[in-house]
Amino acid sequence: MGLHRKVLIGNFAVAEAVKLARVDVVAAYPITPQTLIVERIADMVERGELKAKYIRVESEHSALAAVYGAALGGARVFTATSSHGLLYMYEVVWWAAYSKAPIVMGLVTRVIGPPWNIHSDHHDILSVRDSGWIVAMAENVQEAFDLTIQAFRIAEDKRVLQPMMVGLDAFTLSHTAEPLDVPDQSDVDAFLPPREPLPFVMDPAKPFAMGNLGPDEWTMELRWTVWRSLERAKHVIKEVDREYAKKVNGREYGGLVERYRLDDAKYVAITWGAWSGDAKEAVDKLRDEGVPIGLLRIRFARPFPREELLEVASGAKAIVVVDRAVSMGLDGVFSTEVRSVLSGRVPVKSVVAGIGGVDTSYRDFVNIFKRFVDEYEKGETQEWIVPEWYMPWFKG
Amino acid sequence: MWFRYSASHVRDPLKEAEEDLELFRKRMLSPPMEGAAGPTGTWRIMKPVIHEDKCVKCGMCWLYCPENVVSWEPGRVPSIDMTYCKGCGVCASVCPRKAIEMVVEEV
Ligand code: SF4
Ligand code: SF4
Repeated sequence: MGLHRKVLIGNFAVAEAVKLARVDVVAAYPITPQTLIVERIADMVERGELKAKYIRVESEHSALAAVYGAALGGARVFTATSSHGLLYMYEVVWWAAYSKAPIVMGLVTRVIGPPWNIHSDHHDILSVRDSGWIVAMAENVQEAFDLTIQAFRIAEDKRVLQPMMVGLDAFTLSHTAEPLDVPDQSDVDAFLPPREPLPFVMDPAKPFAMGNLGPDEWTMELRWTVWRSLERAKHVIKEVDREYAKKVNGREYGGLVERYRLDDAKYVAITWGAWSGDAKEAVDKLRDEGVPIGLLRIRFARPFPREELLEVASGAKAIVVVDRAVSMGLDGVFSTEVRSVLSGRVPVKSVVAGIGGVDTSYRDFVNIFKRFVDEYEKGETQEWIVPEWYMPWFKG
Repeated sequence: MWFRYSASHVRDPLKEAEEDLELFRKRMLSPPMEGAAGPTGTWRIMKPVIHEDKCVKCGMCWLYCPENVVSWEPGRVPSIDMTYCKGCGVCASVCPRKAIEMVVEEV
């Protein structure tokens, strides 16, 4: 196992991973803050470092449609986008998932306008949560890199065969240089063999129609196969995580979730994405003060870590979910999911923060966690069903 | 009739995946065949009627029919397979001699 230490911004790290994965076809349309990923890949193709077909397109809709077609033709494919770009792809997002096309997409999370805002919140990536994509998000540059390589293995696995999205927060990761361990090509090759032509390959020599009109029952049966693939994917994700650690770079992340100081935790905080690093610091601070709190970092939004959450919650007195995306008219996005899985087993407080990319530091997490513990200990949990918006600068 | 499947129901992941893929391909892919989308003739409320006296045998209706149900050879008046003709009227619309008339379907 050979590792080379580099210093790269998140976007270049993802491009490096795509190169090592030996993709065949890339199509993308530029959008800040994602652009540097596909610019770097275009460079690699131009210089002959990556033997791939780079298709220039006139929109994100076409970008995803192009890699979708290439994936159905048997190619290993990649695209990347952000925010409005993803929304413009939305039609093809669903087609890809329902066609079991193992596409890998880099998604640099960015606010959806208006107003124009290029910073990070999580509404874009979570807008695909019901579609059948596997949806993961990195905490740091190394994880964005590792997840991108793993994504090809997970998406293309026979037991899965669904597209996968790797999320990384705008600027916090996409444009921030961090030390990165880059493996040897031979280690990646051993971990990631060429793609098998599954679930089927379009071939003009043997023509057939795909997704033709049929009885409604057929549609429901097809959705059932997608449902089953996502459930099986949970096993594959864990297996791939372990194997990657063994064969490629020694890092095992914990599968669908990362457990941080949870062993004896009575209070559990839940986050996902880059700010989980700040949340961990806040956990350390509270631990120093004697508060038994830990963090469950969600790595995969889909498939959702139902089983892991139930297990962690079984020893918890109370849970706080800090969300960077809101389901308007209901709750924070992950709060709805956590509440739905737990069905009232454990009291859950929902906090909405960092919307619009508002900077949220470890001090903010300390505030949020302390108030949560305090409310629980005083028995003031009646209103927890309604999310609390955290806006320390705002006078109302 | 009632089905439930989660990560903890998985027994033999490869075998279960094979079953899913088989079902997926069966429901998703159709080879070229007559009537792949069922008897689309039942959709029809208007039917195309070719007036042979006006027809100049140009084949435009054959070229444009979205259901591929017009049979035509150069020099011949085309004929239409009414089992699958869905009555859309494209043929009547493209016919340069207005030789195709759309007539209300009698049941
Ligand atoms: S009505 Fe439509 S389906 Fe029928 S023959 Fe004309 S073009 Fe074809
Ligand atoms: S388009 Fe009209 S004129 Fe031409 S072959 Fe068809 S019916 Fe005849």
